[in-house]
Amino acid sequence: MSLSPVEGVALAEIESGGDAEAPERKGVVGRSPGQLAWARLRRDRTAMVSGGMLVLFMVLALAAPLIQMVYGIGPREQFQHLLDGFGMPLGYAGGVSGDHWFGLEPGLGRDIFIRLIYGLRTSLFIAFAAAVITATIGIVLGTLAGYLGGWLDAVINWITDLTLAMPFLVIALALTPTLVLRFYGEREAVSPAFGVGVLIAVFAIFGWTSTARLVRGQVIALREREFVEAARASGAGLGHMLFRQLLPNIWAPILVSFSLAVPQFITSEAALSFIGVGLSDETPSFGRMIYRSLDYLQTDPAYVFFPGVMIFALVFAFNLFGDALRDALDPKSSR
Amino acid sequence: MARFLIKRIFSATLTLFAVSVLTFLMFFALPRDPVTGMCPKNCNPERLERVREELGLNDPLVAQYAGYMKGIFTGRDLGSAQGGHCDAPCLGWSYVTNEAVSDTIARVLPVTLSIVIPAAVLWLLLGVGLGMVSALRRGTWLDRLAIGFSLTGASLQLYFVGAVLLLVFVYNLRLLPVPSYTSIFDNPLKWASGLVLAWVALAFLFSAIYARLSRAQMLETLSEDFVRTARAKGLAKPKVYGRHALRAAITPVVTIAGLDVGGALGGTVITETTFGIQGLGRTAVDAVRAGDLPTIMATVLIAAVFVVLANMLVDLLYAAIDPRVRLR
Repeated sequence: MSLSPVEGVALAEIESGGDAEAPERKGVVGRSPGQLAWARLRRDRTAMVSGGMLVLFMVLALAAPLIQMVYGIGPREQFQHLLDGFGMPLGYAGGVSGDHWFGLEPGLGRDIFIRLIYGLRTSLFIAFAAAVITATIGIVLGTLAGYLGGWLDAVINWITDLTLAMPFLVIALALTPTLVLRFYGEREAVSPAFGVGVLIAVFAIFGWTSTARLVRGQVIALREREFVEAARASGAGLGHMLFRQLLPNIWAPILVSFSLAVPQFITSEAALSFIGVGLSDETPSFGRMIYRSLDYLQTDPAYVFFPGVMIFALVFAFNLFGDALRDALDPKSSR
Repeated sequence: MARFLIKRIFSATLTLFAVSVLTFLMFFALPRDPVTGMCPKNCNPERLERVREELGLNDPLVAQYAGYMKGIFTGRDLGSAQGGHCDAPCLGWSYVTNEAVSDTIARVLPVTLSIVIPAAVLWLLLGVGLGMVSALRRGTWLDRLAIGFSLTGASLQLYFVGAVLLLVFVYNLRLLPVPSYTSIFDNPLKWASGLVLAWVALAFLFSAIYARLSRAQMLETLSEDFVRTARAKGLAKPKVYGRHALRAAITPVVTIAGLDVGGALGGTVITETTFGIQGLGRTAVDAVRAGDLPTIMATVLIAAVFVVLANMLVDLLYAAIDPRVRLR
């Protein structure tokens, strides 16, 4: 039996403890907080709709090569013959047609639909990777600062302040080329995977502060509770205290902050690509598309429209789902 | 109070010092030769060497840093190619723009201030107001409308909103001129009409976040005992909500606002890029592209100063707003 002090779990275990009598005692069924939250989430219509949208987006992103096969057009193929003399797509709404569902890019004449699908893939991959890494850093630093306190807390707090004081966009902008130059020569072609890696690294350096703050606050609130004291009195080591006693009690806010961090990284990735760092034009990305499209704002508004709406839908679904998750995990919260 | 201030100023100074050292190391000490970026294409080795000498890049790092810092506080003498003596807030000389960096900053800083300050006033009033109203009228159509607004706004991107605004008001309806900056002292009307789209775009997105936050905070505060006590002892509703509940509900909003406004003052890169206005943010981006180290260093430092100052201000505001907070 675990020492886990989560009341719900303990209760459930006590209730399901006497297996022999269980069939007679109908009605009262023990449920863990996780099960309760899941049940609440299932009943929430917004959560289900936004969750469904997210699953759809993820499937689209994962199946990008398959979609390319079915659709028959690659993200780097150019259709110059469908552009007029000024490089503008022929036809209505930026060249929307049965072959090119969302039209073509002015200038290069690449298909917007397949580029958006691949952009989704880039965007989701970077956002999830960055969210996992920053959550890990934030959890480790936050629990250490909150639980141990003292000078370690002061130092970690100060580093957090320092990180927040650095202008993220400018530093990221300046750091990326220097990082790239460290590994590649002045004229060498940078591989797309490396660009993605650099972007994730930049997010990891700057993105962990909010999780660390959140976790630290939660741990401080838990630190003085009896169950923590009991575990400490029984001689539990640091690792056991952090991972078996404290973390299981704060996974709910961590999960919520994770689900809200993902859309933030999607937005930041687009913003960085928008100001022209990180991803080269070869890697399809929402931010690059919107940045390029601003030049054609007057002549081809449809080009701004598709990536803009796509990224809105993605972030919107994530935000709705994050809110619903918060409601489900914390019934007291009033959003 | 005095003790708190001293402690706070000390830690702020330490933070700024660390930021300056980190930026310095990041840009001056990394492998990329800082000079190549600063010299136009027809660069010969002698000129490169001269620039390197003039910038003091052959000195030890510590001496370079000390010289830079000395320049900020007391001014310093630069080579004749760099405009000779450089007065007190000396941020160095840019070979890219061929002017003292402090002159560049003096030109673009008012632009960013003109974008951020009115926008911040707008988004705080709109956001907090909307949040309060929807918390007090919870469950009504007004509340639902406000929630919809804030959810939409929180998921929209500035460049997209900006593009739509530009398309509608500038290119299609032709109600507004193409965004540009004119000094408020020259022509206040032109100042406002040139920047109003940037204000609206920023305010729309930020007020959504603030409406959400302040609604949640207000709802939480309204369920607290002291609000019920105030109502029970017969205080009028506006007084309870306006004086007692609002003060307690607004503290977290102030924290976020401090970070946001401080961050935005350091350069609104995306806004400036979208609307094509040359402020601090655009200048920083251009400097990075051109490898203009003195300008990059200056913009990063200024941005950090704003964030640190805003944080300090927030701590002081706390004590003024929430009677439960004591500064120690």
